[in-house]
Amino acid sequence: MEPYKKHESIAALMNRSNVDTDQIIPKQFLKKVERSGFGAHLFHDWRFNDDGSDNPDFELNKPAFKGARILVAGDNFGCGSSREHAPWAIADYGFNTIISTSYADIFYNNCFKNGILAIKVDKNQLDKLMAEISANEGVRFVVDLENQQVTTPAGNGFSFEIDPFRKGNLLSGLDDIGLTLKHVDKIGEYEARHKQTFPWLWV
Amino acid sequence: MKKTMYEKIWDSHLVVDAAGQAPLIYVDRHLMHEVTSPQAFEGLRLAGRKVRNPHSILATMDHCVPTKNRDLPIADPIAKKQIEVMAENCRENDLNLYDMKNSNNGVIHVVVPEHGFVHPGMVVVCGDSHTATHGAFGALAFGIGTSEVEHVMATQTLPQKKSKTMLVQVDGTLSKYSSAKDIALAIIGKIGTAGGTGYVIEYAGEAIRALSMEGRMTLCNMAIEAGARAGLVAPDKKTYDYLKGREFAPSGKNWDLALAYWKSLPSDEGAVFDAVIALNAADIAPQVSWGTSPEQVVGVDGAVPAPESFENESKRKACESALAYMGLTANTRITDIPIDLVFIGSCTNGRIEDFRIAAEVTKGTKVARGVKAIAVPGSYHVKHQAEDEGLDKIFIEAGWEWRDPGCSMCLAMNGDELTKGQRSASTSNRNFEGRQGKGGRTHLVSPAMAAAAAAAGHFVDIRTL
Ligand code: SF4
Repeated sequence: MEPYKKHESIAALMNRSNVDTDQIIPKQFLKKVERSGFGAHLFHDWRFNDDGSDNPDFELNKPAFKGARILVAGDNFGCGSSREHAPWAIADYGFNTIISTSYADIFYNNCFKNGILAIKVDKNQLDKLMAEISANEGVRFVVDLENQQVTTPAGNGFSFEIDPFRKGNLLSGLDDIGLTLKHVDKIGEYEARHKQTFPWLWV
Repeated sequence: MKKTMYEKIWDSHLVVDAAGQAPLIYVDRHLMHEVTSPQAFEGLRLAGRKVRNPHSILATMDHCVPTKNRDLPIADPIAKKQIEVMAENCRENDLNLYDMKNSNNGVIHVVVPEHGFVHPGMVVVCGDSHTATHGAFGALAFGIGTSEVEHVMATQTLPQKKSKTMLVQVDGTLSKYSSAKDIALAIIGKIGTAGGTGYVIEYAGEAIRALSMEGRMTLCNMAIEAGARAGLVAPDKKTYDYLKGREFAPSGKNWDLALAYWKSLPSDEGAVFDAVIALNAADIAPQVSWGTSPEQVVGVDGAVPAPESFENESKRKACESALAYMGLTANTRITDIPIDLVFIGSCTNGRIEDFRIAAEVTKGTKVARGVKAIAVPGSYHVKHQAEDEGLDKIFIEAGWEWRDPGCSMCLAMNGDELTKGQRSASTSNRNFEGRQGKGGRTHLVSPAMAAAAAAAGHFVDIRTL
């Protein structure tokens, strides 16, 4: 995983609630056995017309949002299935930050495992950010994870909360498995106790 | 201290709780299917890591397997590849796999209980959100992402944040025509698809105790549609009777040891939950979803709501766009909605009991003109059991297709799907846009409601049949 660095990027606006993982990456693309290349299919059913051409009405197809790394979206983003293809597609497309009021649990977890910072803000704050983008499409926000700060040109900046563990992992780019394996002795001890307590699970 | 069942399972599975790090919990059982695992195996291989406990894993192929003509080669080259890669990965790592041709094959969440692989008090994971199904046994079972699948394979543990607890108390007696599916939908209708976010739900009360194990699985299966991490039902005699004698259930002296442990699991009297919701089962009519989110649901005697009826603006907008997508007008009575296709199956409603009740409703009827109806058993065991009971004949005589097991139209990845504008009555769990095929319109219902709709060509209030 790439370490997450402070950056200034275009913030794209997706003013929809309950964007589900079936929309983020429609199921016809789940059959790949590799991890990469899902960005080409992000939001496929919204993004492309039936003939495969770009749908000009779809927000992320707006020229002003080209190259955006920040996605500002409505409530309950990422609901639906646990498919990790959704954050893979989002990251592969180029986003490394999402801002919304709430996320589905599994999706939220999966974001951090894939180097995506998912920021939670209150409704009022989200409305301000959305208004700022609507008024000035292509506007760039600065995201500073180290200091847990977002700043915007119109002064709608804010600070955000984040679990210190998730923050540390994003900043260092360290993979979860490596971190857990530091405790491999403890796991072994637990397993030895487990065999004593639950012998029927080990036959 | 008085503990909830969730807290008991959590405490007994805590491996490390170090400051500044998410607690690590131990995983007893790991379930797998072909769609969310290949990249995890790839990651493991690249990092030179091994599966820590191969015995904790049971794998199946279900998402993209064909449900007919299974002897022929798979037409879709990518599905074929996924299936080959799954077989290869399981062989390489010495894992127990019920492949497509195995007589134990079926949808993972249907197959696993059939073999007694999950017991009360376990921590169970799978790269699939409907893992919550196994909460029916009093196991803490939840879906994980592919990176986590890799994590569990390598370490047998998972970093987890402790969830809050929600008690959903359903007292009263369910009417003969309503089922576990209707309870599940009614709960989601009440609390919304984000209502359970951050929680593990424990379902309790008279109506839950009265459910069969199959019914409890249906209920817990849809905990995820209520936004919850997992759903739980306390184990009781039904649970023990169900498990006894199954392949992976303990036996002999171990059975007694296990049973003593299982009996210690139910939440202590007076344990405190972070949230409590109450419903009366007697009030739950057969449910029909009308929109593109499982919370957009109403009793069959109701009507499609008007956007103006929602006070909350985002719900109003959601209603508007759902009506547009679903091709419905506000205030249409549910029983006036015509359907094109009926699907009975999935890990929500693909068990023997589901086919029994659907067959009872189907018996002596004919599928309405212009309607296609498919019955897809959740597993070969369900299929064979149903055939032994003669249920397949009832469906076939009524004009239904009787298929081989798989996820099929639940997510329409295997070629079974709706075409644009087609409308289904489906016993599956998700009615998102495009879930059953691009432009397809899904109405979630119970098996009995689906069977009745097949015969009538539109929804029917089965209480009036
Ligand atoms: S039947 Fe549907 S919900 Fe269940 S595992 Fe298959 S695709 Fe997922």
